Amino acid sequence: MSDDYEIVIGLEVHVQLLTESKLFCGCSTRFGAEPNTQTCPTCTGMPGTLPVMTRRAFELGLRTALAIDCQISPFTKWDRKQYYYPDLPKGYQISQFDLPFSHDGGLDIRDPKGRFAPKRIGIIRAHLEEDAGKSMHDEQAGEADSRIDLNRTGTPLLEIVSQPDMRSPAEARAYLDELKLLLVYLGVSDCNMQEGSLRVDANINLHLTGENGEKIATPIVEIKNMNSFRAVERALEYEAIRQYQVWQETGQRLGDVPKQTRGWDDAANLTRGQRHKEESSDYRYFPDPDLVPVRVSPEQIEIVRRALGELPAALRARLIGAYGITEYDADVIVNQGRDVVSYYVELAEACSDGKMASNWVQQDVLRTLKEQTITIDAYPVRPAQLAELLGKIRGGEIDTTRAREVLAQMLTSGKGVAETMSALGIVRVDESELIELCQQLLASNPKVVAEVKAGKVQAAGALIGQAKKLNPNANPARVREICMELIAKS
Amino acid sequence: MSLSREQVEKVSLLARLQLSESELIAMTAQLDAIVGYVEQLAEVDTEQVEPMAHAIELSNVFREDRARPSVDRGEILANAPHADGQFYLVPAVLGD
Amino acid sequence: MSLTDLSASQILAELNARRFTAVEVTQAYVERIERHDPAIGALLRYDAETALATARGIDDRRQAGQPVGLLAGLPVSVKDLLCSQGDLATCGSRMLEHFRAPYDSTVVARLKRADAVLLGRTNLDEFAMGGSTENSALQKTRNPWDVTRAPGGSSGGSAACVAARLTPLSIGTDTGGSIRQPAGLCGITGMKPTYGRVSRYGLVAFASSLDQAGPMATSAADAALLLEAIAGHDPCDSTSIDAPVPSYSQTVTQPLAGLTLGLAREHFGPGLDSEVERAVREAIAVYESLGAKVKEISLPHSKYSVATYYIIAPSEASSNLARYDGVHYGHRTDERAMLAELAAERQKLEAARDTAGLNRLDSPLVRLYRRSRAEGFGAEVKRRIMLGAYALSSGYYDAYYLKALKVRRLIRQDFDSAFQSVDLIAGPVTAAPAFKLGENVNDPLAMYLLDLYTVGANLAGIPGISIPCGLSAAGLPIGLQLQAPPLEEDRLLRAAHMFQQATDWHMRRPNLP
Ligand SMILES: [Mg+2]
Ligand SMILES: [Zn+2]
Repeated sequence: MSDDYEIVIGLEVHVQLLTESKLFCGCSTRFGAEPNTQTCPTCTGMPGTLPVMTRRAFELGLRTALAIDCQISPFTKWDRKQYYYPDLPKGYQISQFDLPFSHDGGLDIRDPKGRFAPKRIGIIRAHLEEDAGKSMHDEQAGEADSRIDLNRTGTPLLEIVSQPDMRSPAEARAYLDELKLLLVYLGVSDCNMQEGSLRVDANINLHLTGENGEKIATPIVEIKNMNSFRAVERALEYEAIRQYQVWQETGQRLGDVPKQTRGWDDAANLTRGQRHKEESSDYRYFPDPDLVPVRVSPEQIEIVRRALGELPAALRARLIGAYGITEYDADVIVNQGRDVVSYYVELAEACSDGKMASNWVQQDVLRTLKEQTITIDAYPVRPAQLAELLGKIRGGEIDTTRAREVLAQMLTSGKGVAETMSALGIVRVDESELIELCQQLLASNPKVVAEVKAGKVQAAGALIGQAKKLNPNANPARVREICMELIAKS
Repeated sequence: MSLSREQVEKVSLLARLQLSESELIAMTAQLDAIVGYVEQLAEVDTEQVEPMAHAIELSNVFREDRARPSVDRGEILANAPHADGQFYLVPAVLGD
Repeated sequence: MSLTDLSASQILAELNARRFTAVEVTQAYVERIERHDPAIGALLRYDAETALATARGIDDRRQAGQPVGLLAGLPVSVKDLLCSQGDLATCGSRMLEHFRAPYDSTVVARLKRADAVLLGRTNLDEFAMGGSTENSALQKTRNPWDVTRAPGGSSGGSAACVAARLTPLSIGTDTGGSIRQPAGLCGITGMKPTYGRVSRYGLVAFASSLDQAGPMATSAADAALLLEAIAGHDPCDSTSIDAPVPSYSQTVTQPLAGLTLGLAREHFGPGLDSEVERAVREAIAVYESLGAKVKEISLPHSKYSVATYYIIAPSEASSNLARYDGVHYGHRTDERAMLAELAAERQKLEAARDTAGLNRLDSPLVRLYRRSRAEGFGAEVKRRIMLGAYALSSGYYDAYYLKALKVRRLIRQDFDSAFQSVDLIAGPVTAAPAFKLGENVNDPLAMYLLDLYTVGANLAGIPGISIPCGLSAAGLPIGLQLQAPPLEEDRLLRAAHMFQQATDWHMRRPNLP
């Protein structure tokens, strides 16, 4: 049925910026402290207290905004968003309304699996704001009091609002993956969804074509409390189908009903409508008189831009271009982060075979990192050593299977390639020795020789098996070649 | 234009104030008089005028990102009308 | 002549000369408070023991020849709107009647650093909203010159306190005239500094872009001393100005040569009491006799200043006072009674099958807020919160709040161009002397219009001072206001001192009951 309608998705992402102190006071932003132990008169909104913004939060915001191609406003100010909630002690949230510090950017997304064509997702704005605290409600609401913890109150957040440019849950997922990777590369956030340092709200509706060809949009629904990217994907998949059914039943169009907010129930795998307060929409934004505006010069912007470093998209392109690996391989490596990328680059340069380097990084190095849950800097074998080993494979000195044994040894022993090879009794077998070995084999296997002559080439496999038994260091490929030559001559 | 009782009721919810019937009547009359007075600003030509939200023109005031010890929880909760030593307590917030 | 007849500067000289001790001084003022404050009600609280202990410590350090602060041993009272660690900060409100500040405001911290003897806390209009101190939920304050009259406000407690010499110095705050107007009505010297000159950290906000704390004293020289102690940049206040602070107490005695005073046409229009006008014009004549030139100027937008002020101030107030919701501190309504009230209303609506009403019925949390705030705030505070919430609400923002911000700039530009041609602007502080208690309580708009001469300085952020310049036939003080360009407090104080060298209005004192 998905060809009857087009899914239209826009995402609102809140990321916690990696500052030591809160946005407007000196309290720590560390996660997991005892309730209300990371608070002070300022972040609990005591009478007379005043906010003073930490420069770091603004700088991290700038970094991110530039990385997603946003325009930076030369003049930006701070506004109060006013609403009453127990986890908002001042009765307003300091945020940005009509003059966000950045706007009109974009993020390119692609799907290595090719489910959709590469495209750019527009970004409406990215602005800074303070987080609220946490309210804990009792299961059977009404029974017990709600408990309020203000540790999180005042933590710096960057809100990134996308255009409604995504046309499928898969695109939304790709946008989130790419954005998260970018934020991690930039070092502006740890993006830990479990700890709430990355939160996603989704706006979704459907575009259909009516009987007489007119374009129809269904009411926009905002989906909240999805606590993983997978959940976002599933919630969007669910919501698209639900909205299509609602459309078929009610025929409601955009504007017929007020914007609805629904919460995602991961266990039940469905969204539920949330009661919205009638006046909650009137936030009475106005410029916060306690904070002064910020002016940003083109020079400052350039300094930050130059310090961004090579970002995922550029890195992928470089790996594909310089080392001839596939987009898929480049994706896997870049997704591992800067350190794995530089390990790969060093390896590829040293062994001058990007493809081989990519295979070994993905199949051997990454597997070990995963099994031992270590990071690349803790990986015992340095690129130069691994390159030496790969060189021996390409020089025919050792086959891949034996090379893997060598690598395994090196990981535990921490010894070099040559040392490990001789420890394993791996020595180069010279040509004359090999020819002699092959002649023996042919002599003792007349049947095989006959079969090969008759054209049953794969029969030669038996010879290689025996060769390995006679001399484990014999290079199977070379053995095959020699045998074939000898058979042909005979 | 003059203020209606309904508008004043709506604002009293926005402002989280409970007004008695008599307060509502008095408030409507007084706000109407005051709003009537301030509306004289409409006659001022402000076409080319930038709004002035601050009394002084300062910009780019920041502090360094340094965490300092927070205040003792007991001191913070000391003023709370209802707390359990760990949390502030409010009547159960139903739904959201 | 008793110790309490001396000015703060004179007392300080005596203390430094070791002719008195801080304990003697403090004791003398404590006795005056005990004798006279019951009839005046200037102070909400005073703590003689703590004050005397502080004084003792200062005396010991003086005796030992150790360095002491600028105000060492001088009793100072503080408007109960500024936080002092461990002490109440009621703001004259039921809402904060029992609120204990867990931190020091910068002003209080600097007074402590200057070795002032913090003797007591003065009464005020609730959250500084008002011009008579009658909006205090806690106490009535009377004008020492006529106890049937209001002391003005919102710093009426501080003005009455100094006028009655219950403390030689007091800290007030001024958002629309709340230092200058009561100073004028109580016959003392009071200054609103340039916005940003004195830190707002720990000053409980009324209207953040207008609030400023300042000195209240018996003379310009004393005001200079107190301002010097509290002024200066504060990293805890983003709107604090980072500029050096002159030593006002030294420069105040230097007369100003070639002074040009501007008289704003708009300040002498209809509504100005004739006695007040005469006193103000005589004061200006005194300046002329001291060599000052006088020039008529115009502040064309000043007639809009009250309207502009009563949009901006309530808008900011409605937001600043949103934090008083009975959740984190302050008054909370009785939850049982609140839930019972809701249940009863629900029953009624259900009986009447009023579904619309049921949908509109407050949730327990919303009702907790609404009842707590309704019980905690007085009528004037509610009025301003409502006015501000309305001015900022969707559909009205541009017509009211944004419009007011634009007119505010025009008002500032009027001052800027005026100061191109004059050094100071001189005029009345209030249109009339102190009014009777209860005279204006039922007409808020009439009350607002009394702020005509003072709100301009707050909107423009410029400094202004009020000094005594005469007495009405009824024996009530009349004040002269001087206004200067930003950061010219020094000019204001010197001009005021010149006047006080040539006149003795500031020496006049009420006969206390
Ligand atoms: Mg937000
Ligand atoms: Zn804090």
